[in-house]
Amino acid sequence: MMENLLNYPFDAHLILRKKRAIKRSLLQNSDFTEKKIAILGGSTTAEIKEIFELFLLNENIKPIFYESSYNRYYEDIVFDNPQLRDFAPDIIYIHTTSVNITSFPRVQDTSAEIDRLFQEELDRFRQLWQQIEKMYQSVVIQNNFELPYARTLGNLDVTDLHGSTNFIQRLNQAFADHARQSTNFHLHDINYLSSWFGLEKWYDKSLWYTSKYALNYQAIPLLAYSLTSIVKSIHGKSKKCLVLDLDNTLWGGVIGDDGLDGIQLGKETPSAEAFSDFQQYIKKLKDRGIILAVCSKNDPQTARRGFEHPDSILSLDDFSAFQANWESKDQNILSIAQSLNIGLDSLVFLDDNPAERNIVSSQIPGIAVPDITEDVSRYIAVLDKGNYFNTTSLSQDDLQRHRYYAENVRRFETQARFRNYDDYLRSLEMEIEIKPFASLYLERITQLTNKTNQFNLTTRRYTLAEIEAIARDPYYITLYARLRDKFGDNGVISVLIAAVKGRELHIDLWLMSCRVLKRNVELALMDSLLQYAQDKGIDSIFGYYYPTPKNDMVRSLYGEMGFKQISSNEKGAAVWACVISQNYQKKNQLIKVLA
Amino acid sequence: MTSDEIISIIQEIFRDVLDDESVEIKRETTAEDVEDWDSLSHINLVVAIENQFDIKIALGELQLLKNVGDMVDLIGRKTE
Repeated sequence: MMENLLNYPFDAHLILRKKRAIKRSLLQNSDFTEKKIAILGGSTTAEIKEIFELFLLNENIKPIFYESSYNRYYEDIVFDNPQLRDFAPDIIYIHTTSVNITSFPRVQDTSAEIDRLFQEELDRFRQLWQQIEKMYQSVVIQNNFELPYARTLGNLDVTDLHGSTNFIQRLNQAFADHARQSTNFHLHDINYLSSWFGLEKWYDKSLWYTSKYALNYQAIPLLAYSLTSIVKSIHGKSKKCLVLDLDNTLWGGVIGDDGLDGIQLGKETPSAEAFSDFQQYIKKLKDRGIILAVCSKNDPQTARRGFEHPDSILSLDDFSAFQANWESKDQNILSIAQSLNIGLDSLVFLDDNPAERNIVSSQIPGIAVPDITEDVSRYIAVLDKGNYFNTTSLSQDDLQRHRYYAENVRRFETQARFRNYDDYLRSLEMEIEIKPFASLYLERITQLTNKTNQFNLTTRRYTLAEIEAIARDPYYITLYARLRDKFGDNGVISVLIAAVKGRELHIDLWLMSCRVLKRNVELALMDSLLQYAQDKGIDSIFGYYYPTPKNDMVRSLYGEMGFKQISSNEKGAAVWACVISQNYQKKNQLIKVLA
Repeated sequence: MTSDEIISIIQEIFRDVLDDESVEIKRETTAEDVEDWDSLSHINLVVAIENQFDIKIALGELQLLKNVGDMVDLIGRKTE
C-alpha cells in the first residue's frame, strides 16, 4: 500500500522519490472533500505543493491549489487580484521564511532605528493579514521564521539588538501575539520544525542558488505533514482518544510474569525512568483533553494492579475506558469506540508489539497506529511529532472533555435503575439553553460542524469564517443548544443553521453531538426553531437529508417530527417539508427550556 | 561499482521519480530524450541519486553534467 509511506514516522526520501505512484494510489479513493488552498510563497513552492497534496489526499481532503508566482506573496494579496478573488480560497498559506525579511539591523543602527526596522517588517505582514481579512475571509496559515543561516555576531547574535537571531526572535514573538488574538489565523511554527530537523540540514544553500527553495528537499515532507495537521485541526479532523497497550508500553516488563514489584517504573533504572517520563507525557495529554483508554492482553485484575505501583504517574481514574482481556485487540478497540461513542478515525493506538499494531491498523479504518519502535526512549518523540492532537486553540471544552465522558458513565449507571426511559430522562433534571449563535460559542460550533457524523442531516462542513458570516447574516436563523443536567454541564451539543427565503425556511445544517443522543434535545430544538420561524413570518420549513456512511440514524428524523417527504432520489437523499400550523403542540415535555 | 551497475540503479530511480516503468537510460541519454524529465523532476532525480549513493553533488559539479554518462562518472568517482 503506497499511501502507508505517508504514515508518521515516514521516510522523507521515499516519499519524494515515489510521490507520483503514491498520488496515483491515493486517487483511487473517491470520497474526498474539496478544499481550495492558495499557496503564496516567498521562495519556490512547487515541490511543497505536490507533497502537501499527498498528505491532504491521505486525509481525504482533495486540494485545489492556487500558487503564486515566485516570491509574489506580497503583491498577490496587497494589490487587486481578480484571479485570487475568483478562486475564493478556503485557506491561504503564506510560505515565507527568513529570506523574506526585507532588512536586518546593521551594526551601526541605533536602537531606535532597529525598532523602526522591526515595526516596518511587522507592519508589512500585518498589512497582508488585514487585507486577507477584508478581501477573502479565508483561514490564514502563516509561517514564522527559522533562525538565521549565519550569525555574524556569534553568540552575541541572540542577545544584542543588532543580531539577526535577536531580530528574528522578536518577529516570531510578535507573530505569536498576533495569532493569539486572531481566530482565523494559524501560525505554522517552522522555527521549531527547522530546529527539530536540524538547521544545518534544513539550510541547503546549493538548492537555494539553483532553484530558490528556502529549505532542504528532505525537509519538505516534514513541512507538508505539519501543515496538514493544521488543516486537519481547522476542519476538526484531529484525533481525540489515545488507546494504550500496557506491558512494555506504559511500563517496562510484563505484569502477569514479573508482578507488581517487577515492572519498571520510577528512577531505579534508565528504562524505568524512560517509562515514567512517558507516563508523565501521557498525563499531560489527558490534562489537555485527550481521552485515554487501555487495550491490553491481560487478566483484568492483574492489568489494573499495575497502576497501584508507587511510581505510576497515571492512575485508573485517568482512563475513560479499560479493556483488559484475551480477545483480539481490534475487537476491543471497537468496544472502546462504542462505549465512548466516538469515531474510529478519532483514535490513536500505541503498542510496542508490531503484530498487534498490524492487526489493528489493518482492521480498524482511520485509526492512527504509529510505529513507536521498541525503544521506550523514542516513544515520546514519535507520538509528539506525529501531531495527532493538533488543535487550533484550547477551548474550555477540551479541558473538560475527560469529565464529560466520566459523567456519561454515571448517567448509564443511573439509567439502569429506571424501568421507564421517560422517568430516567426526568430524573436527569435537564435544562437547555437554545439561542441564536453567540460569539462566545462560534469556535465550538465550527468544531462540531466538522466532526459530527452520526446525528448530522446534511454533513456540511464550515470554517470559522463561514460560521461568523452566517451568524451576522439576517437571512439565516441559527440556533445552538447547550444542555445541563444533574451530573454536569454538557456544553454546546447541537447546532442548526437555516436559510430564510421569503416565507420559506430551509434547514442547511442540523447536527447533534453523540454525547447527548436520545435525550429529547431534538424535540426542544424543533420547538424553538418553530418559534423563531414564526417570529420571522415563515410559513413553511424544508428539511434535507443527505445520506453518508455514518448518518443513517437520522434518515427518518424529519418524518418523526411530522414533516412530509416531498422528494427523494435513488441514493436516499430526501427533501421534507412542513407547513407551520397555528396550533402547534410543543414536542418537548422533559427538558426545561431556559429563557 | 561498475558503470553498468550505477546505470541500472539510476534507471530504477528514474522509473520511480517519473513513475514510468518504460524509461530506459543509457550513457548518452539527456533530458531531451526522456519525457517528463523537466527542471522540476530534475531536482527530484538529483536528490534521490544523492540519497541512494550517499553522496553530495556540489553546485559546480551539477552544472557540468551534460548527460547520464557524466553523472555516472561523477557517482563512480565519489563512491570509490
